[in-house]
Amino acid sequence: MLVVQARSEMRMRWRIPAFSVTIVALPVLFFTFFGLPYVKQTLPNGINLGAYLIASFAAYSVGSVMVFGFGIGVATERGLKVDVLMRATPLPPLIAIAAKVVNALAYALLSLVVLIVYGVIVGGIRQDLLVWLDVIARLLAGSVPFIALGFAIGYTCGPNVAPAAANLVYLPLSFASGLFLPLSQLPGFVRAVAPYLPAYHYGQLAWSAVGAGTEPMAVSLAWLAAYTVAFLAIAFRAYRREESRKFG
Amino acid sequence: MLGPNGAGKTTSISLMLGLRQPTAGQVRLFGLPPTDRRARSRCGVMLQESGTTSVLTVREIVDVFRVYYPAPLPAERAIAMAGLAEQAGMRIGALSGGQRQRLYFALAICGDPDILFLDEPTVGMDVEARRGFVASIQTLAAAGKTIVFTSHYLREAEELARRIIVIDHGTVIADASPQELKARVPGKKITLVAGRPFTGKDLEGLPASVISATGERASLLSNEPAAVLRELFRRGVDVADLEVTGADLEEAFLALTRRAEPAAP
Repeated sequence: MLVVQARSEMRMRWRIPAFSVTIVALPVLFFTFFGLPYVKQTLPNGINLGAYLIASFAAYSVGSVMVFGFGIGVATERGLKVDVLMRATPLPPLIAIAAKVVNALAYALLSLVVLIVYGVIVGGIRQDLLVWLDVIARLLAGSVPFIALGFAIGYTCGPNVAPAAANLVYLPLSFASGLFLPLSQLPGFVRAVAPYLPAYHYGQLAWSAVGAGTEPMAVSLAWLAAYTVAFLAIAFRAYRREESRKFG
Repeated sequence: MLGPNGAGKTTSISLMLGLRQPTAGQVRLFGLPPTDRRARSRCGVMLQESGTTSVLTVREIVDVFRVYYPAPLPAERAIAMAGLAEQAGMRIGALSGGQRQRLYFALAICGDPDILFLDEPTVGMDVEARRGFVASIQTLAAAGKTIVFTSHYLREAEELARRIIVIDHGTVIADASPQELKARVPGKKITLVAGRPFTGKDLEGLPASVISATGERASLLSNEPAAVLRELFRRGVDVADLEVTGADLEEAFLALTRRAEPAAP
């Protein structure tokens, strides 16, 4: 059931290229404007700034696949009343979600590979292959909080509001977490807030893979876990509220 | 399940399927709570409110849905029974409204369920589609499937059902075969024009149900028109004009479900 469902989800995504292409192209675009000019520089601790920036945008990229994919996807399905139809089938909800997660991970992987290859070829950023694999593995495994955030948005917003909400939440969040401009370049008050933000700790996962992490892994993982629980709680409450409203 | 709009038909189906929770009492489907997967695996559902992606083809979505069930029909069979064989390769977004209805029907039967729940299934169907639908229903019923469908058309219920449950305002008003129901429903309509306005007393206690009584005109449904007229004359009602016709089925059905309107003072 999972295989068929996942394949079907994949097919549906593939057929709306506008969405998928945007998700994959935007991080590359952002990196080109915000990152490419600085790839030759070196950080105080000796790490190549290019590698650091690729890590930043890689984190942004996976986060956006999750937040936008689930945020807009779930909201759209609710708007189309697909959820009403699916509720009456024997498909276990967990399998339905698992199929979506599998798909999202596949797209995230694609997005990462495109970004990294771009960085290597266009930016000339050289790292050991194992480092890139490490970045990819950490970001994919650690994307759970953003899946949860996507669900939170998807269940609380209608299909018209969801894209705006996703943008309004995720872009400032990424920016304030130092995923576009390195933290040292951000204003003081933003720097003060950053360590409390999920995208900051997510970035730490990638930065530490290239040797530029500034937080202990345990701390970042704890923050990410806490945010996952919080977002899931929001999503769950919204889901329950809708259940009782729609289905009495 | 037959009843006017707002009678509670959709709510009843939702309760039976476990899509809504009862405020009191319990629902059992195959002896199980309807939310149990084993019960759901034996149900096929066609709801009034439904939605689906528009980018998959008919064939593709039937293929996906089939897999949810333990012993599904071949996809072609479900598609053919729904009358969509020609549209199998079309994208859902390109289907007309009537074709979409047929798709929901295909999705309802593709799992080869033991029981089918169809909520107002013929809404939006053209004559051709309806004929195909009726034929499919009869085939499925002949194969031993249970089919529960809702409608507000008495004619449709009579045509398809062996048992009709009439509901209104959330209550069961009648539960009988079409023949029994017809017998209970008054067969004749009496339209009267009197010499003076009708009073409540004129029409009280007659073997008839009053459809309307305003001023000097009254409309009654009865199975005993002769008795009604005899009594009216005995009461000295001055009848200026009179017409007795066969009751329209829909009107007769309305008499069952509607409280008789009070006679105008």
